[in-house]
Amino acid sequence: MIAFKLPSLGSDMDSGTLLAWHVAPGQAVKKGDVLAVVDTSKAAVDVETWADGQVHRLVTEVGQAVPVGSVMAWLLAPGEAPPPEPPADAPVAPVAAVAAPLADAPAASPGPLAGPPVAGPGPAPAVPGVALPGGPQVPTRQRVTPAARQRARALGLQPDALQGTGPDGAVTLADVDRAAASAAAPAAAPPPAPPPPAPPPAGPATPAERSAAMRQAIAAAMARSKREIPHYYLAQAIPMRAALDWLQAFNAARPVTQRVLPAALLIKAVALAVRDVPEMSGHLVDGRFQPAPVAHVGVAISLRQGGLVAPALHDVAAQPLDRLMADLADLVRRARAFSLRSSEMSDPTLTVTNLGDTGADAVFGVIYPPQVALVGFGRIADRPAVDDAGRLVVLPTVQASLAADHRASDGHRGALFLARLADLLQVPAQLAAGEDPQTDAKGPP
Amino acid sequence: MTDAEILAGVIAELQAIAPEVDAADLVTDQPLRRQVDLDSMDWLNVLIGLHRRFGVDIPERDYARLGDLRTIVAYLAAGLRAGAPVQSPPSTR
Repeated sequence: MIAFKLPSLGSDMDSGTLLAWHVAPGQAVKKGDVLAVVDTSKAAVDVETWADGQVHRLVTEVGQAVPVGSVMAWLLAPGEAPPPEPPADAPVAPVAAVAAPLADAPAASPGPLAGPPVAGPGPAPAVPGVALPGGPQVPTRQRVTPAARQRARALGLQPDALQGTGPDGAVTLADVDRAAASAAAPAAAPPPAPPPPAPPPAGPATPAERSAAMRQAIAAAMARSKREIPHYYLAQAIPMRAALDWLQAFNAARPVTQRVLPAALLIKAVALAVRDVPEMSGHLVDGRFQPAPVAHVGVAISLRQGGLVAPALHDVAAQPLDRLMADLADLVRRARAFSLRSSEMSDPTLTVTNLGDTGADAVFGVIYPPQVALVGFGRIADRPAVDDAGRLVVLPTVQASLAADHRASDGHRGALFLARLADLLQVPAQLAAGEDPQTDAKGPP
Repeated sequence: MTDAEILAGVIAELQAIAPEVDAADLVTDQPLRRQVDLDSMDWLNVLIGLHRRFGVDIPERDYARLGDLRTIVAYLAAGLRAGAPVQSPPSTR
């Protein structure tokens, strides 16, 4: 059995709310398929599976809060037979058999508000002990999912008295909401009509709510970064004449729909420079640096309503430039529509922030933990510079900066990284092709 | 197509990228990207929208002539008069 868990969505997100399942039990899934949509402060995240399999059981209900790392569903591995008695199988037991009856005990006992009233010393005997009159066997009492129980309590309803429509007749969130709705509007529509499934608490956040939550998430992550990460900062002015001339020629023959922005070139150069200075790409886990040789570059995207998200472009070094540009445009569009994939949130190994052609001259970034480096690019503009012959000239330049984590590298390596970045941008044609990471041995010169 | 119609189309494309834009707030002879806060990617997407809507090709070397709404409308009007190039095929994305 494979646990489908909510993956880490970056250091500033520790939980989400399930908005929808895209699969049902019995359905076959492949690695990379989107199984669920989880709302977070930054986006409605399409949560992908990292394993092939068949959906066995959905654990999380729509509308339920999901902490990162919690099991949302169980999948059967390819070829794995379903367990003989689904309700009794081990993974489900905690929810259906343990949590619910234990939680039931107080509500079910008719007496005063004491805990489990019956003599059994341990918690396990106490549960059957509460059993109802009538049958010697384990009672067929109403199953209530934890989320439904929580919602029912909040609404002042008795969950065990409700009609359950979930697996094994369990009372689900939808049942509670349905009951709440009919209680609130007694003379409303006939009961059999299935009401709309998504109650207000399960819906995506409003822009204002999301904006406030996002500000909080950014504040938490950046405060943590400033508190924990011993940053060092470096900057270097990089001549951009060659890159811009090359890009202009590259774009001249292309319709506006296929033009490439300097941002794509800069991101590509960062991913290639990481190959020579791998200390810039990876994560700091338990105080130790774990390099990530294949750079998934997080791209800081500012949202029009305010706020910031930095999802990943995957394996940037391997992408041809026009593919990278298309992916970047798509990523920006989806980030601004609050629709990202879980792998994009989880995977960045370093981040690039690019101020673009209306930005300031330079930016010194705050590292996004647990990453160890952030590369910043200011506005590309004509500036005074000294050419190879020692003459004062006017050249387009970009101020590249590096904020890096002293626990992973020192300034000397950081300077090498920026120098490598500058060199790569002087030979832009080499940035155009996609490079197969498998051919590293032959690698860039 | 009149200039007013072109202007309406330009504003529609702006609003597709920047939904908060209110046409009444825009000054036609002031730099547009400062007024609307369009970054490089936004601006490219506006140009792509204009290209698709009007069928006018917009070479990169002409970007400098597209600073404010007045010049953008004039540029597109000239492009339309010159016999717009064939509309690009619909994008697959």
